[in-house]
Amino acid sequence: MTEAVLEVRDLNTRFGRAVVHAGVSFTVRRGEVFALAGASGCGKTTLLREMIVLQAPVSGSIRIFGQEVTGLGDEEALALRRRWGVMFERGALFSALTVTENVAMVLEEHTGLSAQLRTEVAAVKIALTGLPPDAGQNYPSELSGGMRKRAALARALALDPELLFLDEPTAGLDPLSAGGIDELVRQLRDALGLTIMMVTHDLDLLWRTADRVAVLGDGHILGIGTMPELAKSEHPLVHEYFYGPRGRAAREQAWNRR
Amino acid sequence: MLAPLEERIEALAYPLEQEVLIDASAVTALDTSGAWLLHRTALALQKRGRRVRIEGLRPEFEALLRLIESRTVALGAPAPPTPSMLVRLGLNSWEGLRGAYGLLSFLGEATVALARSIPDPRRIRWRAIAYNLQTAGFEALPICGLLSFLLGIVIAYQGAQQLQRFGANLYIADLVGLSMVRELSPLITAIIVAGRSGSAYAAQIGTMKVTEEVDALRTIGVGPLDLLVLPKVAALVIALPLLTVYTDIMGVLGGMIMARAQLQVSFTTFLNRLQEAVSLTSYAIGIGKAPVFAVIIALVGCYQGFRVTGSAESVGRQTTVSVVQSIFLVILSDALFSIAFSWLKL
Repeated sequence: MTEAVLEVRDLNTRFGRAVVHAGVSFTVRRGEVFALAGASGCGKTTLLREMIVLQAPVSGSIRIFGQEVTGLGDEEALALRRRWGVMFERGALFSALTVTENVAMVLEEHTGLSAQLRTEVAAVKIALTGLPPDAGQNYPSELSGGMRKRAALARALALDPELLFLDEPTAGLDPLSAGGIDELVRQLRDALGLTIMMVTHDLDLLWRTADRVAVLGDGHILGIGTMPELAKSEHPLVHEYFYGPRGRAAREQAWNRR
Repeated sequence: MLAPLEERIEALAYPLEQEVLIDASAVTALDTSGAWLLHRTALALQKRGRRVRIEGLRPEFEALLRLIESRTVALGAPAPPTPSMLVRLGLNSWEGLRGAYGLLSFLGEATVALARSIPDPRRIRWRAIAYNLQTAGFEALPICGLLSFLLGIVIAYQGAQQLQRFGANLYIADLVGLSMVRELSPLITAIIVAGRSGSAYAAQIGTMKVTEEVDALRTIGVGPLDLLVLPKVAALVIALPLLTVYTDIMGVLGGMIMARAQLQVSFTTFLNRLQEAVSLTSYAIGIGKAPVFAVIIALVGCYQGFRVTGSAESVGRQTTVSVVQSIFLVILSDALFSIAFSWLKL
């Protein structure tokens, strides 16, 4: 359980003169649900985009599966990308394809499966994310927000990744759907042994699923650890984050459930 | 990898006994796809009346297999049957009719919106009109000018060879002047603008529909027609005649240069003859067609934009349709104009 899947070291990012990250470091171990939290606009999504090689940091290192990913081209990143799945904040499902086709397309690109088996495997993934069977024939625009997130998750799972990146998996969902996603994230980790790296500011999701959390703010990691550990943090921003009115409610709920 | 495994499982010959035992003790790695392959193999055997036992699977794989079994849906749902030729023909015709009807009612809605905004000039979006005048009119000057200049050269060049044979060199002014001013310059301008701006209207409104911006406008209480359609129509109705005047000049200039080079007709002679050849009526007819073309281009572009549904692909499709349809309608109405003018003996 101690093998590092993802290692970020001394990462610096700037946009022009605006400093986004200044010396960010953390490690994600295999089988962990690791969350990156922080206020809106603190650079969480930027960091995620740097990890999945869509954007390059100014300096620093990101190692995934022991391989340096900063500065990789699309060609070199391909082998790595096949080992991880990404779910984007707004789903980013291909609007011209049905949900099943969205999932099957990934399989078609990267495996030699027959068309029949591709469709079946796609249906299995869709079922895994808790979507009703007939949702597969729908186009993304015909789905509700929560269903679209689940469909996006099904596509991220298409190649049975070892590492799953989730960008705001519960943003914009009603509490019930969000709760479903919480449940799903945990189940997937337990059943498939996935390592999950998620970016979120949803405190409920953090309390219920994350093994460890890093709080990002002012370009630094303000605190890192389990939720109960972080809740004891002295740092004013972290304290504010967890003891604001919503933070308190989420924490109490989490305690009541345990 | 899974693909060769799939083929090997397909090719397996199963023993004829009632009970089949799958020994899975040699499985060292299993993902969800693999688990599904195992499960579906077992399912297929069960369907043929065999009893299947899977043994020796590691506990964690066993759990995965249970998960797949619990979640899996009934498979082999038949694809919806493709409709026959006749049905498709009918559907397409119906679509076409509905499209024509839709365009007509869109024209009606736009007219109503226009009628409502005229008594209340504050509702007119002057900034949007000015912006559209710039993008659809002013910025189209270089390309429209260049193309009609080239068109003038081509016509003069083709005409020159014929006229020279009869020694009718001077009539090059009639040929270039009349054909450009009355027919070609309004037409080429309209076609360029349909490709440049009509498509942009469709793509803009279409994308706004996908991102629900059109709905947002409605909820804010701004009529999408008022903000998105009327300024475009108004701007194009102003810009297209002006562009046509400009392309008239450029086209005649091209013909004039070619006339001097090929037929030794001097600029002064050419211009003198042009005044006699091109009557004010012909000139007015050419320019007068432009506002009609403008309305067609702007309305078709906007209408197709509003017909976009959901996907990015749909934006592309409706943009294509908007260009094809507006060029078709422009040429069709040009033909109708010709027939009407010949009846009126203009």
